[in-house]
Amino acid sequence: MPHHQLIVVGGGLAGLRAAVEAKAAGLDVAILSQVHPGRSHSGAAQGGINAALGNNPDGHDDTPEKHAFDTVKGSDYLADQAAAIQMTRDAPGVIFEMDHWGCPFSRYDDGRIAQRPFGGAGFPRTCYGADKTGHYLLHTLVQQAYQRQITMYVEVFVTGLVVDEGRCRGVVAYDMIHGGLEAFTADAVVMATGGAGRIYGNSTNAIISTGGGAAMAYLAGVPLKDMEFVQFHPTGLLTTNILMTEGCRGEGGYLLNDEGERFMARYAPKAMELAPRDITSRSITTEINEGRGIGGADYVHLDLRHLGAERILERLPGIRDLAIHFEGVDPIEEPIPIRPVQHYTMGGIDCDVDGRTRLPGLYAAGECACVSVHGANRLGGNSLLETIVFGRRAGMAVVSDLEGGAPSGDAASAGRAAVAALESRVRDLVARGADGADPYAIRAEMVATTRDYFGVFREDAVMRTGLEILRRLKDRCSLVGLRNGGGVFNLDLIRTLELEGMVDLALCVAEGALARTESRGSHARTDFPARDDEKWLVHTLAYHTPEGPRLEYGPVALGTFEPQERKY
Amino acid sequence: MRTVTFHIKRYDPARDAQGSTRVQSFEIPHGGQLTVLEGLFYIQEKLDASLAFRYCCRASICGSCAMYINGRYRLACQTNVLHLHTDEVRIEPLPHMPLVKDLVCDMTDFFAKYEYIRPWLIRSSEAPAKEILQSQADRHKLNMPIDCILCGCCYSSCPSVWSEEHYLGPHALLWAYRFEVDSRDEARKERLPMWDNERGVYRCHTITNCVEACPKELNPTEGIQWLKMAAVRRRLFGASK
Repeated sequence: MPHHQLIVVGGGLAGLRAAVEAKAAGLDVAILSQVHPGRSHSGAAQGGINAALGNNPDGHDDTPEKHAFDTVKGSDYLADQAAAIQMTRDAPGVIFEMDHWGCPFSRYDDGRIAQRPFGGAGFPRTCYGADKTGHYLLHTLVQQAYQRQITMYVEVFVTGLVVDEGRCRGVVAYDMIHGGLEAFTADAVVMATGGAGRIYGNSTNAIISTGGGAAMAYLAGVPLKDMEFVQFHPTGLLTTNILMTEGCRGEGGYLLNDEGERFMARYAPKAMELAPRDITSRSITTEINEGRGIGGADYVHLDLRHLGAERILERLPGIRDLAIHFEGVDPIEEPIPIRPVQHYTMGGIDCDVDGRTRLPGLYAAGECACVSVHGANRLGGNSLLETIVFGRRAGMAVVSDLEGGAPSGDAASAGRAAVAALESRVRDLVARGADGADPYAIRAEMVATTRDYFGVFREDAVMRTGLEILRRLKDRCSLVGLRNGGGVFNLDLIRTLELEGMVDLALCVAEGALARTESRGSHARTDFPARDDEKWLVHTLAYHTPEGPRLEYGPVALGTFEPQERKY
Repeated sequence: MRTVTFHIKRYDPARDAQGSTRVQSFEIPHGGQLTVLEGLFYIQEKLDASLAFRYCCRASICGSCAMYINGRYRLACQTNVLHLHTDEVRIEPLPHMPLVKDLVCDMTDFFAKYEYIRPWLIRSSEAPAKEILQSQADRHKLNMPIDCILCGCCYSSCPSVWSEEHYLGPHALLWAYRFEVDSRDEARKERLPMWDNERGVYRCHTITNCVEACPKELNPTEGIQWLKMAAVRRRLFGASK
């Protein structure tokens, strides 16, 4: 049974950064990832990463404190202010470090890192590499992992935690290449599995962004925080939901309705197209609902034509390729058809600024975690930042927590027990076989339910119907059967094993959204349109029970920025 | 509703001898918009749950789903069946690679060769407090190689790879080139022996299959030619660029 001091689950930016930090301090570190780390969804991030460098000519007066204020205001005051301040103070240092490791940021004439304006930001502070910032950051960190000879178990699909004496001591997994079920024990585990976008039927996220890490922690008794806050990105490509970066609007792109009107003037007269994502997505959805979508249909136009071919080819070449390949539209010649689609999971595993969760030995970082720095609405450019800042901090925390030596207990026998439990679960799935419930039918119904009942605008009666459907689907999960029994690269096994966790997360979104009788950030209720700080300036904490999520509420760390009405 | 037929080359290590594959056909209904990757998911969910293929971003940036489709190297996610101009789609794993199962090939050597060329920035001087300055002109030199997604198309398409198992391959040399032309890198002397040999750039015979195969329209051959010239320059004039 393989043992490492630190096991990192997930090879995206947060996981890699945690692994690099712990390895540099001398720990024996292994990354377990469902895909080669260079294929992680971090690489799909386009627009950039925020830090108050003050490099932009219009950004000389920028500071980490101003960045923190924008983050907190953008969060509709649900972010923990100390955490936001921590992130923005760490930001310049981690960006320079990525540059020293070779990340190819775009540059100004004087050789400094270029920065562009982004939504909800008072200053242009989004560092970028053309429109492939995530790809460049990801490959830079994968290269650091290679250089440091960090062990990588590639195409190993983690399905659960090993818990012994109230401590997380490893994980159990399906080895896709060799075909076995196996335990990996550890002194500490960092969960860095990314978002849960694929619980929605209209997501920009990678197909593997199914929220596995959050679901496993939840099942092990760790609460999930603020799961009802789901970000809808204003500009998803019409037929595929593929992301068109906020950088399109940062570079000056327009949003136009059927009348050719820049309708954002009516919703955010100052910020226009660079209003935060929650406001922009609601504005587009309102235009569509009121019949001003293009030709009356459910989309509007993202128009880049006035930027000119040269600027598009220099700053947004990837966007142009995506629009041509996936929508048959060349943005130099035509406007791009877009609409709001699920993009980011603000909620996640409840943890502190050092990634520590309520289960000793388990840490979380990146999109699967909820520190919380994004609160009710994340600003563009803050997710890449979060991965690197809090990945690094989680790595540091593990190093410091293990200084006293390895934890006591028998991780190996706990690991064997966990493998036996997984084997028994798989045997049941195989025994039901094709006579069992169809996991793909359940998945299809779930993703349609989240999309249709828990979207941009929410309402009590609609959500109650959706919740009932999700509860029924959860019951059916225990009846699913496996069509394809064993062997290597068994997609049927992976996609069936992850299904119930996805439904669990959908239930957390649904219960949290139904209970929260206010509108805040991305959570917009037509029946409760106002923010209610009196009652709801609190974090939701969802605990797993056999009957479904049990909700508790916890305080928000305030103290620096007084909650105000958000205007842009 | 139209239909398209996928003819998929299949291999299951549990029942087929290594190297022995069979072709299985599946009919897929679609409404006009269907990528090859979507079609593969339709088969896996509805027709044959045992079908194996790699996937992740479905937006042509992760490099997972490189395959050989109707005689060309393509990303399954980026390939709309309409653009193939036929209702018969032949789908094979990347040719000349060892197989794991069905459309999944073994990428171990591919990544080992990538790692071998030390694809990371190497510097000896002390890091500045802020960024290492880099002019726009120097940054532009990186534009082509940094868009590589390590999908394996170029490697699979290269006759020099087919005939010499130790040849580093176009992808590894493209990344070697990427660090050679980075103004921030300071390890030129150290890097030269990794690619300036018969397993490196001189095994490239400028067949340029890699250029045609690359789904990101990159040009590994150009990078390799640059390295060959750099090697000559360095022998004649020393280690400067």
